[in-house]
Amino acid sequence: MAKTHISTSINGEPVEFLADPGSSLLDVLRNTLGLTGTKEGCGTGDCGACSVTVDGRLVCSCLVLAVEAEGHEIGTIEGMAQGETLHPLQRKFLEMAALQCGICTPGVLISARALLEKNPNPTETEVRFGLAGNLCRCTGYDKIVRAVLETAAEMRETV
Amino acid sequence: MNVINDKLRVEDNKWIGTRTVRPDGADKVTGRATYAADNTMPGMIWGKVLRSPHAHARIRSIDTSKAEALPGVKAVVTAKDIVDFPLETSVMLGIQDMRWMCRNVMAREKALFHGHPVAAVAAINEEVAAAACALIAVDYEVLPHVIEIEDAIKPDAPILHDFAKFEGKPSNIAGTMTAKLGDVEVGFAEADIIVERTFRTRPIHQGYIEPQACTVSYSADGRATIWSSSQGQFMVRAMTSLLTGVPQSNIRAIPAEIGGGFGAKTIIYLEPVALLLSKKSGRPVKMVMTREEVMRATGPTSGSFSTVKIGAKKDGTFVAAKGDFYIQAGCLPGGPLRGPVGCSFAPYDIPNVLSVGYDVVSNRSKVAAYRAPGAPLGAYAAECVVDEIAEKLGMDRLELRLKNTAGPGTKAAYGATFGKVTFEETIEAIQNHEHYKAPLDRNPRPGVKRGRGVASGFWYNAGGESSAQVNITEDGNVVVTTGHPDVGGSRASIANVAAELLGVDHSRVSVLIGDTASIGYSNLTGGSRVTFASAMVVTQSAEKVIGQLKERAAKIWKIDPEAVNWDNGEATPAGPNAGQFPPLTLADLAAKATETGGPIGAGVQLNTTGADPGFATHVVDVEVDVDLGIVRVLRYTAAQDVGRALHPSYVEGQIQGGVVQGIGWALSEEYLYDKQGRLDNAGFLDYRMPVCSDVPMIEAVMLEIPNPKHPQGVRGVGEAPIVPPLAAISNAVYDALGKRFYALPMSPPKVLERLDEV
Repeated sequence: MAKTHISTSINGEPVEFLADPGSSLLDVLRNTLGLTGTKEGCGTGDCGACSVTVDGRLVCSCLVLAVEAEGHEIGTIEGMAQGETLHPLQRKFLEMAALQCGICTPGVLISARALLEKNPNPTETEVRFGLAGNLCRCTGYDKIVRAVLETAAEMRETV
Repeated sequence: MNVINDKLRVEDNKWIGTRTVRPDGADKVTGRATYAADNTMPGMIWGKVLRSPHAHARIRSIDTSKAEALPGVKAVVTAKDIVDFPLETSVMLGIQDMRWMCRNVMAREKALFHGHPVAAVAAINEEVAAAACALIAVDYEVLPHVIEIEDAIKPDAPILHDFAKFEGKPSNIAGTMTAKLGDVEVGFAEADIIVERTFRTRPIHQGYIEPQACTVSYSADGRATIWSSSQGQFMVRAMTSLLTGVPQSNIRAIPAEIGGGFGAKTIIYLEPVALLLSKKSGRPVKMVMTREEVMRATGPTSGSFSTVKIGAKKDGTFVAAKGDFYIQAGCLPGGPLRGPVGCSFAPYDIPNVLSVGYDVVSNRSKVAAYRAPGAPLGAYAAECVVDEIAEKLGMDRLELRLKNTAGPGTKAAYGATFGKVTFEETIEAIQNHEHYKAPLDRNPRPGVKRGRGVASGFWYNAGGESSAQVNITEDGNVVVTTGHPDVGGSRASIANVAAELLGVDHSRVSVLIGDTASIGYSNLTGGSRVTFASAMVVTQSAEKVIGQLKERAAKIWKIDPEAVNWDNGEATPAGPNAGQFPPLTLADLAAKATETGGPIGAGVQLNTTGADPGFATHVVDVEVDVDLGIVRVLRYTAAQDVGRALHPSYVEGQIQGGVVQGIGWALSEEYLYDKQGRLDNAGFLDYRMPVCSDVPMIEAVMLEIPNPKHPQGVRGVGEAPIVPPLAAISNAVYDALGKRFYALPMSPPKVLERLDEV
C-alpha cells in the first residue's frame, strides 16, 4: 500500500516521514527515524516502555498510528534533556539509582514528567498510580517512586 | 598482595560503599544506550520465525519452496541447517545439554510445544518475512499432548521422548536428583511431631521488558559478528558455534546493553538462526521477538508439585526432613532440580534429610533459569511447613528457625560442609527490626483482615571464570574492562573498587564491557556471581597496575621499587627516601610511560572461588479483602547478609527487585493453558506482573558481614531475595485468614474459592 507523507514535530523540530498506513508511531520512531530511545516491550500498550507525549498527552506510541502524528507535537526521551543539562528527573534517577537494566527507564521518565506536569505535588500513592502503566521488572519500583517524589520536591523549591 | 586490601578498612573507604552515579547511567536516562533491538546495519534484512501451531506433533516434512520463491525473501532455514546433536551422546556447555538446545532452537523430529520454532525466513522487511513464513508448508502428524505435571506422570500419559526412561519404563520423568543425609526413617521415628504437606506452583515468566533480539552479520570470509543482549557474550559465542559449526575464533559476540534477563538470557534462541540466515543470504540479519513470542517460547521457570515432610522434637529441634519435588522442565529435559533439592533444607541443621527432585517434561516451552533457579519452589514448601510446625508446637516462628540454624561445620544434604554461616544474623535482624515489633491492626475495617508472615531462604552463590583488564590511559586516567554484561549496575560497583584501589577520583574511571574479541573468557552474568568475581579480578589487575606504577616511579627516582608507596593516586618515596622526591601522580607516570617501559596496564583471568552461600529472612504484612479476594502487601522488610555492599543502592535494588518478583509469583503471575495446549495469556495484560501501584516500598536490611574469602568481603546478593517471599506471603495470608493455602498464586479467584470452602 502506498505510503503517506506525514509532517510533524518531534521534540520541537520539524520532521517529515513516509509511513505505511499500518505502521505504529513506535515503528516509525525506531525504525524510520532512528529514535531508538523509545523502547518496545510488548507492542500492546501494556508495559509503557514506548511512552511518548502527543501534544503533551502521555500515550503508548505502539498504540498510535504513525499517520496520526500529522500536525502534532511528539515528545520523546531524546528531547528530555536540554543539551548537556539533564531534566531534573533524569538527574535524580541517576543520583538515586532508580534504574537497573534501564530498558523501562525512558518510558518511566516520560510518564513521570507527564505526571509532574499535571500534579507537581503528588503523594506516594499518586506517583504509584501515575506510573502504574510502566512495567519495571528490576527495581521493585521503590527507588523509582522515591526519585520521582524527590524530584517533585526539588522542582517545587526551584520554581 | 594483600597490602592494598589491608588498607581497605571500611572506615577508610572513599569510594567503596558510596552511592556514586553509575558509569553507564547518562546514556540510559537519555535513551542513547544501545540495547539489542536498537542496532541496525547497512544492508540489513529481517528474520522471522515460523512456529508450531500444535502443542505436540511429529514433523513429517517441511516444504519451503513457495516461501523461497516469494519476491524479497533472501533465505530460509530449518532444523536441517542447525548442527544435530544425536540423542545418544550428551554434549554439555556449562549446564546446558546441546542435544536439548539444538532441538529448542529449532524443532527437529517433533514440535514439542505450541510456539516451537520450525523454520525461519530472512527477507527485505518484516512483512515479507512474515508472509513467507505463512507460505511454508509443514506436514504435521498431530499427537496427544500433556501440559500439567500430575497428568504428565500418569502411567497412560502421552510420552514426549522415547529415550526418557524412569524405573525402566518410558516416562515423562526425564531425570532425578537426590540429596541425602543420615536416615530419614530413623529421624522421623524420633520425632514428636511431623507435618507433611503438598504444594503446587505455576510456571511463571522471568518477565524482562526487553524481548530477545539480535543482529548477525556473516562475512564472505566465514567470520560472523553477533550483536545481541544476553547474560554472557561468551555463552552466545560458544552456543552459536556449537549450533552452526562456525568455530569460536570466527565469531565475535558483542554484548548490547541488556534489558533484563533474570536467568532467561543465559541461553539463546535467535543467534544461531540469524547467523545461518545471514550466511545463506549474504546480508546482515536482524531478528526481534515479539512479546507474544517471548511468552510462548522463551523461559519460563518451572511450575512444581512438591511434598515436604519435616519432623521435630517437642522442643523444636528438627530431626528429619523429606522433600519430593516434581519440577517442570518444559518440553526438553533440564528443569532446575538443584534449587529445590539442595536449597530447601540448607538453612537448617537437620541430621536426616532426603530430598528428591524429578525432572518432568511436558508440552510447554523449555524452562530457562530464573533467579535462584528452583530454590523458591522448594523454600515455599519447606518454609510453609516450618511455619506450621511452629504453630503446632506453640513456638515463635523465628525462635524455631533460630533453634535450628545451620552453623560452622554443619553438613548440608547437598554435600557442602559450611564454614561461617550468617543465617542467624538475618533472623535476628528481623527480630530486632521495628517492623517485626510493630503491632498489627488485624481487622482495620469490615471485610478486611491483616496478617504477618516470615520466611527464610538460602542460595548457593557462585564464583567461576572472570577476566578483567585495567589500563592507564596516556593522560593518566583509568579504563577498566570486564567480560560481564551489566544487568543491574555492576559497572557502578566496579568503578567504586577501581577508584578506591588506584586512589583516583571516581570520575576518572571508565568501566566497559568487552566483547569476546577484546577481553578474556568470562562466565555468565548469573548465579549472583558477577560483582563477587569481577571485583576479584579487577582487584588483582589493579594490584598489578600499582606494582607497575611503583616500578616506573622507582625508575624515575633511581631507587628500589620496594621503597615506593602508592597512596591517594600518587607514588611517594618511602623509607630512607621519604620526602626526597616530590610525589608522582598517575598523570605524571602516564606521561612518562613510554620512556619508563611502555604502556601501563594489566589483566587477570581467573577461575574465582570463595563465593560463600547467601541467607535471607523476610517479614511481610498483608491485607486481604475477603469480599474481593485481593491480597495486598502492606509492608515488606528483607534482611540479608550481603558481605560488603560495594555500591549500596544497587545492592538494595537487587533485594527490592527480587522481593517484588516474589510478590508477583505469590499473588498474581501464572501461565494458563487452553485445552489445545496453547498458552492463553501470552502478554502483559493477562500475565499479571506487579505494577507500581501493587506494591509498597521494600525495606532492604543489608547486613555487611565480610566474606573472608573476597578482597572486599563481597557476597553474592542477586538471587537470595527471591527465595523467601513465596512462603512469607503465604504464611502472612494464613495469619490473616486462619486458612492455609497450598498453591500459588493466591490470586483473587483462588482466595475467594478457598474462603468459600467450609
